[in-house]
Amino acid sequence: MSASEEQNSPEAEAPDEEEMDVETSEPIEPLKPEEGKNGAGATIFLFFILGFAASLIVGWVVFPKLLYSKKIQPINFNHALHVAEAAEGCESCHYFREDGSFSGVPTISHCIECHENVNGEDPEEKKFVREYVEAGKEVPWLIYAKQPASVFFSHAAHVITAKMECVACHGPIGESTETRIYEENRLTGYSRDIWGKNISGIKQHSWERMKMDDCADCHMQKATSEKESGVQQSLTRQLREMVSVAFPNVMEVKKGSSVQTEKDACFVCHK
Amino acid sequence: MKQTQGNNGNKKFGMVINLDLCTGCGSCMVACMAENNVPFKEDETDKLDSITWMRVYKLKNGKSWPNADICYLPRPCMHCGGHGDHGHSPCVSVCPAVATDYSMATGIVSQIYTRCFGCRYCMAACPYHVRYFNWWDPVWPEGMERFLNPDVSVRMRGVVEKCSFCFHRYQLAMNKAFLEGRRVLEEDEYQSACTQACPAGAITFGDLNNPEHAVHQLVQPDPKHAGRPRNPKAFRLLERLETNPKVYYVSSRKWVRQSGDNYLKKEKQKI
Repeated sequence: MSASEEQNSPEAEAPDEEEMDVETSEPIEPLKPEEGKNGAGATIFLFFILGFAASLIVGWVVFPKLLYSKKIQPINFNHALHVAEAAEGCESCHYFREDGSFSGVPTISHCIECHENVNGEDPEEKKFVREYVEAGKEVPWLIYAKQPASVFFSHAAHVITAKMECVACHGPIGESTETRIYEENRLTGYSRDIWGKNISGIKQHSWERMKMDDCADCHMQKATSEKESGVQQSLTRQLREMVSVAFPNVMEVKKGSSVQTEKDACFVCHK
Repeated sequence: MKQTQGNNGNKKFGMVINLDLCTGCGSCMVACMAENNVPFKEDETDKLDSITWMRVYKLKNGKSWPNADICYLPRPCMHCGGHGDHGHSPCVSVCPAVATDYSMATGIVSQIYTRCFGCRYCMAACPYHVRYFNWWDPVWPEGMERFLNPDVSVRMRGVVEKCSFCFHRYQLAMNKAFLEGRRVLEEDEYQSACTQACPAGAITFGDLNNPEHAVHQLVQPDPKHAGRPRNPKAFRLLERLETNPKVYYVSSRKWVRQSGDNYLKKEKQKI
């Protein structure tokens, strides 16, 4: 008996509430929509635009400025001057060792070959000879192209076997007359040259970014251009891949050594 | 490109360990840890937590004197080619992160520490227990971090690591070959650290696809049976799983060969 009473009571109350709502809201509703909706919509839109613009500015301008600290190289190095003087161009200072490894930035012992004494009038050279050559101390150069410890890069494979120019990855650094500001990522400690300057991720030159994707970009292009040439290469490759997926027996695309990705295996560039 | 039995200029680096020569001295373990920056703890009493890419096991024949016999069995990563040698080794097939990969060009199972997120599926899949998990960040005794091998990246907490057949040595040897205009390595140019450290000369390393290499001559792998040794004194661990390992063991003692797998009584007679 008691259960049936309890069940009945909410059912009985419910219609009353609905009726009440309808009665009270009906006279207010026709007044508000014309004024209220337009006004609120405009404000919401304005706030959206303001918020959108603010977040764009924070994300694209403020955050990168906060993220990267600006450092100045210990010596203002003039590449153009050195390239003009050196007999073998880049390789005079950035040479291969006998074991195939690449020397990278030269050590002080290599610089001493020319700079045992001050040769010219340049105050930077005087500073270099006094502070480093005479003290027998290595210059703490900040290396723009420094990669993480897990990366293996073979200069020999690229420069000697593939006959690539230094410019392809390092840009026209040999023509520079002074050192750029070194922007260091405060979180990772790597140079901004690795991540790239352009916040939208668009690069105009091959040397503007040095992430793994950029290695992959170039290698993908190379893989196709070995057989095909011209602008069509990427399109024909895509078509070939699509056909090979749809009809695996009809066409075979040359695969890399990796079993997982069918590209080049990870251990080619990792260590 | 059909990648059935390795060749097509592809290498298949493998190892042959002569258990009759192994004295169980542990030089290979020490050399491996030093070469590959393998972390260790102050207290290594809990062997389940110890990371040893190369581990020497002690086998006993279970008989009492005068028939008691002991055999030491060094165990690196087997670099399994998987059933049919298609590169689907137990660990590679389960990795959800493409952190471990099989290279058809070298036959080496790679481990990319920066890709690994530590799910440890591979550890569960590996029947040889060659994979180890970093439960802690490595802590080196003071000053030791200056003596780490710069060619091998140091692993962080939360990733899996294992023997790489000293792949960085292959990278460096290829560097030298590129500089000299070659693309092929001599047998002695790429040798693992444990091979060179073994004072008894028990370990041999080389390309199993190359009939001129010592490893090929020692075991005479049968390409029709996924590289099963034709030398009756050679065997592989857990042969019946068809993981197709690239580490072969040689022993003149029957009980040692029989302990390579959980053979039935009938099967044991043939070994």
